[in-house]
Order: sequence, then structure tokens, then C-alpha cells
Amino acid sequence: MLIGRVVGTVVATQKNEKLEGAKLLLVQPLALDGQPRGTAVLAIDSAGAGVGERVLLVQEGRAAGEALGKKAAAVDAAIVGIVDTVDYRDEP
Amino acid sequence: MQLARVVGDVVSTMKDANFAGIPLLVVQPIDASGAPIGRPLVALDSVGAGVGEHVFFVKGKEASFPFHPTEPPSDASIIGIVDHWDVEPSGAEG
Repeated sequence: MLIGRVVGTVVATQKNEKLEGAKLLLVQPLALDGQPRGTAVLAIDSAGAGVGERVLLVQEGRAAGEALGKKAAAVDAAIVGIVDTVDYRDEP
Repeated sequence: MQLARVVGDVVSTMKDANFAGIPLLVVQPIDASGAPIGRPLVALDSVGAGVGEHVFFVKGKEASFPFHPTEPPSDASIIGIVDHWDVEPSGAEG
């Protein structure tokens, strides 16, 4: 899982039926120092996140499907938690 | 599976219900000599690891298997704490 920041919302009326009811958010992955890293991804939200929050992002199909609560859903990324704090120590 | 060092922990109150009670740790993947490779990531902990320890973790859909019958939507899980490892011929050990 990666830590990311929610940077936007996405609304889609016409979509795969497995995605009906899913909340779609745009998430920018972050390095541990908080800097953006890589390109933003579109993820379904199972944690009730909002724009500006730091979140836990899974990028694996089965896990994302479990987060959505549907089998064989065409999703590959999901928000599974809202990050309260990260305690990071980089000494060996 | 991959070797890594635990470098931090994550606290999350609002999370998927199947994550309840499972620790979240930040792991830095390492190579056979113990040097960091790639970017750190967050993994579920199934073995009681702590910051500073060397561990190994599994990525992909198998990451939910250690918590069976619960199926936490995770893509990485720590599944072992490394006591020591040896590499030929340099003998690097973590």
C-alpha cells in the first residue's frame, strides 16, 4: 500500500455496472516526506475520504475488489484507510 | 516475497472494516546486502514486527491470506521476521 493525498473527485454517470454506487477519487501518491511521486491515480473509496486528506492506497485488483465488496469488479485501485499519523524513522 | 526493513508505523482510525486490529507498518525493501532498493510502502503486519526489524513480506492478492478467513483489502503483508541471512560469496548479513 502507498500513502497518497486525495486531490480531486470524479463523477461518472455512464460506467461499468459493477462500479455503480462507488465513490471515485483522484489520489496523488506521496513519498514519505510528503512530496508528490508519480502520476495521480483514480481509486474507489471505501473509507469515506475527502479532498485534501492523506489516505492508504492499494493498487492491486483483488484487494480493490474486496474494498468495493464485489467479486470480479473491474477496479485496480482503492482507498482503504484515512491516515491519522505516520511515524517514520530512517536510521538503520 | 521480498526482504525489507521496518522503518515506521501508520495510524489510521477511519479504515476498511476488515483492517480492524491489524497493525500497519512502513517497510523499506532491501537487497541481499541490506541496502535499500525502491520506494518504501505500507504493509499489514501478521507476525508482530516492530520498527528496526528485518522482515519479509508478500505482495499481491496473496497479501490477504495470512488473515484468513478475514479478507483485508491489502496488497502487501509482512509474513515473517528475519533472524539472520547469509549471502555467498560476500557473506553480507543483516
